[in-house]
Amino acid sequence: MRYMEKVAIIGVGMTKYDRNSPLTFAEMVFEATSKAIEDAGISKDDVDNVVTVSSDFWDGRTISTMAVTDASNAYGRDITCVEGDGTFGALYGMMRILSGTFGITIVCAHHKGTESSMNGITNCAFDPLVERKLGLDAVSSAALQARRYMEKHGLLEEQFALVSVKNHGNAMRNPRSLLPMEITVDDVMNSRKIADPLKLLDCSPVTDGACTLVLAPERQAKKLTTTKKRVWMKGVGHCTDAFRLGDRDLADTRALKKAAKRAYDMAGIVDPREEIDFAEVYDAFSYMEPLWLEGLGICDDGKGCEYLERGWFDYGGKLPVNPSGGRLSANPVQAAGLYAMAEATLQLRGKAGKHQVRGAGTALVHGINGMCGQSHCVWILGR
Amino acid sequence: MPSWKDDVEVLVDEGKISVPYSWTVGSTLSRFYCELRDNGKIWGNRCPSCGKVFVPPKIKCIDCYEDLRDWVMLPGTGTVETYTVVRYQEPVLHPRKAPFVYGVIKLDGADTGMVHFIGGVDPEEVKVGMRVEAVIEGEREGNILDIKHFRPIK
Repeated sequence: MRYMEKVAIIGVGMTKYDRNSPLTFAEMVFEATSKAIEDAGISKDDVDNVVTVSSDFWDGRTISTMAVTDASNAYGRDITCVEGDGTFGALYGMMRILSGTFGITIVCAHHKGTESSMNGITNCAFDPLVERKLGLDAVSSAALQARRYMEKHGLLEEQFALVSVKNHGNAMRNPRSLLPMEITVDDVMNSRKIADPLKLLDCSPVTDGACTLVLAPERQAKKLTTTKKRVWMKGVGHCTDAFRLGDRDLADTRALKKAAKRAYDMAGIVDPREEIDFAEVYDAFSYMEPLWLEGLGICDDGKGCEYLERGWFDYGGKLPVNPSGGRLSANPVQAAGLYAMAEATLQLRGKAGKHQVRGAGTALVHGINGMCGQSHCVWILGR
Repeated sequence: MPSWKDDVEVLVDEGKISVPYSWTVGSTLSRFYCELRDNGKIWGNRCPSCGKVFVPPKIKCIDCYEDLRDWVMLPGTGTVETYTVVRYQEPVLHPRKAPFVYGVIKLDGADTGMVHFIGGVDPEEVKVGMRVEAVIEGEREGNILDIKHFRPIK
């Protein structure tokens, strides 16, 4: 493959996860973006374009990107929008740089889940001519996927509960987290039934938060930052499956498998199990973590829970998964994937604090779009 | 450091967006819903290239990107592939009160699953692999709710 210029993450900014935050979403974006610019050690004038991750429905405003123009430092610059997970926003940001048209790029994402109705908005993701009338939403459709996954591989709810125990436990070490909790499998099993097999503690919390990354092309990254600060975007892959739930086998991760292969090929990763030091995987619901780890090729199909039980994915395990606490501990939808990239950046810098993964040199970050992981974006980040 | 913001009473403005739409159903789904409304029958369409039968019908095969011009009437029976018992109330979204059951039903003669309600059975009795049949509403309007639910075949 011909030499392609590299892109680095040179700055990150995050607001503390919150509920019923007294900040407007623009105020949250301002906070995250100011922090990211300061973290990068650049001037706001060094930035030449902005990608926002904005959703008109979540914000309750059409052309929602325009509502954060000032807050994201876009005034007088180019601003564009990705409506999806933050991992896809970062992908677009990287593409803009690689096109040669843009230099330092801000990617910012925000979410105020507590301002609206999660079920009402995710219901609107369904075809109004078919499934929307049935009242489906993100939770009930995830429950259909969880059951299908259990049936296909003979898995138990207790095994999924272990994901919640692990990730809430990891959140105890993350000062930004919303739900740090020391809980047991019984606590998860006895939590309120939401949509079988999902209980309350299998589901991620409605969360407010904003996150910003500063991306830079290789030459500028090297000029403006130290090796300790910059983290390279080494590989990325993305792929989409069928829109309608019934058109897919909900326990089949074929789209993720393709996305992962593309990311690994680009990053030159041959054996992800051995070469990845930790992963932030999109655990909007407990069962998703093992399912996506299978799609990512970290374990064989149906074996995710077995590896989990063996402690592979624990904070001190062979391949720590969601050391930040994951989406189960804080899930500002759409911003969540960008938070995961920011978290991974701090880890790779060795600056993650109490939840630092020892020897973190290569990270995997995964985000999803659409119901039941219709679309996936896989990042390989490294020092 | 104390900030002037510490003393501000932050207000909350209660709002609501309500915008009407008149969505065109299109020829493919219109044919499906007219058959359902007028004859109480469930139809799917088949890909001329790979032979896959979609229900509800689609405008294109997701794999071959072919027009799905062959229509097939389905018997309305099928098998539960997965299900969930919904325990939370959403009076505006849900056409019925919880607890109720959603399922993905693989209809006989189709290659895709159909998401719908499973009814006429205690929610705790629903199982994957259960054989079910469509119950068609008496009064029909030409939409997905013309199927009342799928119930176990006795």
